Amino acid sequence: MVALSENVALAAAPRRARSAPSPIADRIFHLAAYASALLVLLVLAGILASIAYGGWPAFQTFGPGFITSSAWNVGREEYGAFVAIIGTLASAALALVIGVPISLGIAIYLTQLCPGWARRPVAMTIELLASVPSIIYGMWGLFIFAPLFARFVQVPVSNLVEGLPIVGTLLYAQVPSGVGVLTAGIILAIMIVPFVASITRDMLDQIPTVLRESAYGIGCTTWEVVRHVLIPQASVSIIGAIMLGLGRALGETMAVTFVIGNANRLSASIFDPGSTIASRIANEFNEADGMQLHALLALGCILFVVTFIVLIIARLLVRRVKVA
Amino acid sequence: MDARPNLAPASHGAAALAAPTWGRVRAGRRTADRALKILCALATLLGAVVLGSILLMLIVEGLRGFSLALFTEPTPGPGSEGGGIANAILGSLVMTTLGIVVATPVGVMAGTYLAEYGKTSKLADLIRFLNDILLSAPSILIGLFVYTVMVRTMGGYSGWAGGVALAIIATPVIVRTTEDMLRLVPGPLREAGAALGAPPSLVIRHVTWRAAQAGIVTGILLALARIAGETAPLLFTALNNNSWFSPNLMGGVANLPVMIYQFALSPYENWRQLAWAGALLITVAILALSITARVFLRGGKAR
Repeated sequence: MVALSENVALAAAPRRARSAPSPIADRIFHLAAYASALLVLLVLAGILASIAYGGWPAFQTFGPGFITSSAWNVGREEYGAFVAIIGTLASAALALVIGVPISLGIAIYLTQLCPGWARRPVAMTIELLASVPSIIYGMWGLFIFAPLFARFVQVPVSNLVEGLPIVGTLLYAQVPSGVGVLTAGIILAIMIVPFVASITRDMLDQIPTVLRESAYGIGCTTWEVVRHVLIPQASVSIIGAIMLGLGRALGETMAVTFVIGNANRLSASIFDPGSTIASRIANEFNEADGMQLHALLALGCILFVVTFIVLIIARLLVRRVKVA
Repeated sequence: MDARPNLAPASHGAAALAAPTWGRVRAGRRTADRALKILCALATLLGAVVLGSILLMLIVEGLRGFSLALFTEPTPGPGSEGGGIANAILGSLVMTTLGIVVATPVGVMAGTYLAEYGKTSKLADLIRFLNDILLSAPSILIGLFVYTVMVRTMGGYSGWAGGVALAIIATPVIVRTTEDMLRLVPGPLREAGAALGAPPSLVIRHVTWRAAQAGIVTGILLALARIAGETAPLLFTALNNNSWFSPNLMGGVANLPVMIYQFALSPYENWRQLAWAGALLITVAILALSITARVFLRGGKAR
């Protein structure tokens, strides 16, 4: 505080006597700030408008069938989004199933179990995971993780479940190459963990210590404190954090493009390759022309609507708790 | 890495106090408690192992391709030998700089509006909310937006479009941190400024901005770290180019992320080698940036 005001004083003192500040400059500054803030609004509107405009011909040509059709044939100019939509939802769902428990575990570890001296380096390690670029996750997933996954998970599991009903189709890899929807889900899980974990950690930190101490005071174990005091207290914002993670998983592009296999077919097995909306756009956009381009933009439009609904819900949930 | 030593003694104050009474705790409760602690530590360990494994992979594969040519020669054409990634490094620097130069004034001014002028008005609330959404919007959509708005109208891929796409990604980060940091500045400082007869714009420029300086710079550094590795938006705006790009930035402009994407999946051994070297370079740069930003923020807060 002292340093701050000194700073200000020093800055003001040595200058030559300032002429009376003109009200016009003040107005201009206000307007510039206002315009910049409005620009944020405009950009978001622009994104929606431009993508919807670009995708409109595809929606017009294929109608509602665009969403339900699983055709994607460049030669015959037939396009449908169904496979990509299912791939997007499946990989994001898998990411949540795998990533959320890990995130909660990390958040609980950091707030409840970790000794003070280790807290900062551990938190830093987890946060650095968030700043690794998505393309690096893609390379790691394809070159390091996928071969291991094929050898130690896909092949043994496929051999085990072959011929069994339901699991035999769900967990059978026709070509155990390591890439596929499940691999994409696992990589996405790793990518959303730092985000979900750091928000959850902040929320757990905000819970008054008294609550925790009184629970320990009546003889609860750490597990019981977490299960019956902390999680219920932070539940709304934890769901918000999970939704934020979901928003990320739905729109993640490069990492998924590397590991999902990019096949346009609907497979019952989560070991088989598939594609997501984002991976298809990344794969085909630069060579696309005419109707294919419109179809890809229409895919982008669907992605926009889905992620924005998810993100709006997420922000509302996280915010509500902050206010309360 | 750091997690391992904590596995055994759980070392939480309250848990340590409870330890002598273990005998009276039912076995089921004890097991559940142990399981939670072990699982949580394992989850943390997993995160550390993944980060370590990514870094190890980059160092092992990336260092093999390191040479002087990496920094002096442009990327080689398909099938030709040798080459470097100098054009991609330069292109990345140019576009990232362009992005941050556009995003910084807009972001800082918008953040200033939210914290100093708009405050709790309906419009400010709306902008704040939408900014938060833009913050986590898929970057590929921003790429599509800039493609339709700039690449199509300007008649081709360009470094300008790439810079604008990166600016759109960086802006919300800067808006958010600027607003948060300005809000931490105590009100009496502003009142003192106003009492001296300074109009709002002067108070903001000479008092609040100055007080929040460290935080605002942190936001800019974080934004820089965020856009430096962005691939998807550049794929549709700047694309890539195997030679030095033209100084007016029209046509494909080589950049590290797209180069890595294209080269890593290519059949040529030397291309893949360059991709790994580029990946190591970019990751080290980004991690260094984010660590610097955090250290900077802590230094600023401590003052």
